[in-house]
Amino acid sequence: MENQPRKELVVSAIENGTVLDHIPAKSVFHVMKILDLDNIENQVLIGTNLDSKKFGKKGIIKVRDKFFKNKEVNKIAIIAPSATLIEIKKYKVTYKKQVKTPTEISGSVKCVNPNCITNHENIISKFTVIKNPDGEIKLECRYCEKMTGKKNMEFI
Amino acid sequence: MKNRSLVSINDFSKEEWIKILDLANEFEKNPTQKILEDYVVATLFFEPSTRTRLSFESAASRLGAKIVGFSDSASTSVKKGESLNDTILTVSNYSDIIVMRHPREGSARFASEVAPVPIINAGDGANQHPTQTLLDLYSIRKTQGTLNNLHIAFVGDLKYGRTVHSLVAALCEFNTTFHLVSPVELKLPSYVKKHIKDKNLTYHQYTNLKDVISEVDILYMTRIQKERFSDPIDYEKVKNIYILENSMLDNSKDNLKILHPLPRVNEINEDVDTNPKAYYFQQALNGVFVRQALLTSILGVK
Repeated sequence: MENQPRKELVVSAIENGTVLDHIPAKSVFHVMKILDLDNIENQVLIGTNLDSKKFGKKGIIKVRDKFFKNKEVNKIAIIAPSATLIEIKKYKVTYKKQVKTPTEISGSVKCVNPNCITNHENIISKFTVIKNPDGEIKLECRYCEKMTGKKNMEFI
Repeated sequence: MKNRSLVSINDFSKEEWIKILDLANEFEKNPTQKILEDYVVATLFFEPSTRTRLSFESAASRLGAKIVGFSDSASTSVKKGESLNDTILTVSNYSDIIVMRHPREGSARFASEVAPVPIINAGDGANQHPTQTLLDLYSIRKTQGTLNNLHIAFVGDLKYGRTVHSLVAALCEFNTTFHLVSPVELKLPSYVKKHIKDKNLTYHQYTNLKDVISEVDILYMTRIQKERFSDPIDYEKVKNIYILENSMLDNSKDNLKILHPLPRVNEINEDVDTNPKAYYFQQALNGVFVRQALLTSILGVK
């Protein structure tokens, strides 16, 4: 028995709520920010730079008693397309899937171009989601045609 | 093309561009035809422009259309805070087609989504100006007899010039060899070069204008715009870097034509104007025929 590695959870389990697994380690705090998790009352457990067979290093976020809406899941899919969304009820997994990157998003990101009409009139922003071969995501504004990269993405 | 908006050059296919050019050629032979007498064309110029607005209005007038609109938003409800949505919906009640120029990028696409009538984009900020691209294609085809397999030089501000970006993208459909002349700080952006690379076309980059003149069929000159520079010292460094003089054309090809979207400042010396290779004023006239072709195609009259 002594030679077998001890299996334990680095980040403890939750009874009810959502687990975001397989977040690229460098994106964990970005995901926290876009989901506004630094301002909620729920218990949030965070792990980062954990070992992962798939990614080398990964991050994980567990939020008690919270289930994300579609709009929030779309945001996660843009910042961390590799993430897995797991919903847990009474310690049991009720839903588990890799987040799906939408082909279009509207109303959740601000266009990076200060001269874009959407930043000056009451117009809902709309973007085509473009996935580079390296998996990086960019948003092409349907109006001004400019690209908004991940670094400049401001969520609304 | 009936009832379709033209916001970006890619809204129409290559075959549709050619149809517009062929129709423009008909209007060049017979520019005054009262075929739009029953139509009202609105020209909404939220920022000033001389040649684009006048050439649209000239095109519409020669076809007998009535024109409503404004040439400066200062004298309209926009000044009172009216939204673009409301202005476009209101003007749609008074007209069959809207030609608009607006300082904000994306304004024309937005207008095309809310307006029940078709929109022609006459420039939305630094984004798109498709009617300029079509008149440039018309001018190239008319002077060279073809659009295919030409050597075309672009000179000056290749970084910020929207006419250059759209025209380069359009010419990629015609097996063009590109000769790009600019200061290092004003090189063609990589997202425009991508069109050239995607089609496996050849391009050469130069910093010296003299190296390219004898090589090309079309010399497309552009103005280096002061307002694009945040640092005035950077502008001073490059403002007079490319000045075309008549003597520089001695060894150029016989079929060479010089184009410029105008207005020019000093990048083409006035001694070039009388050289038969100078084509920029005819190019501006061609804009009328191309816009006649667009108005009639979109209104479904031709």
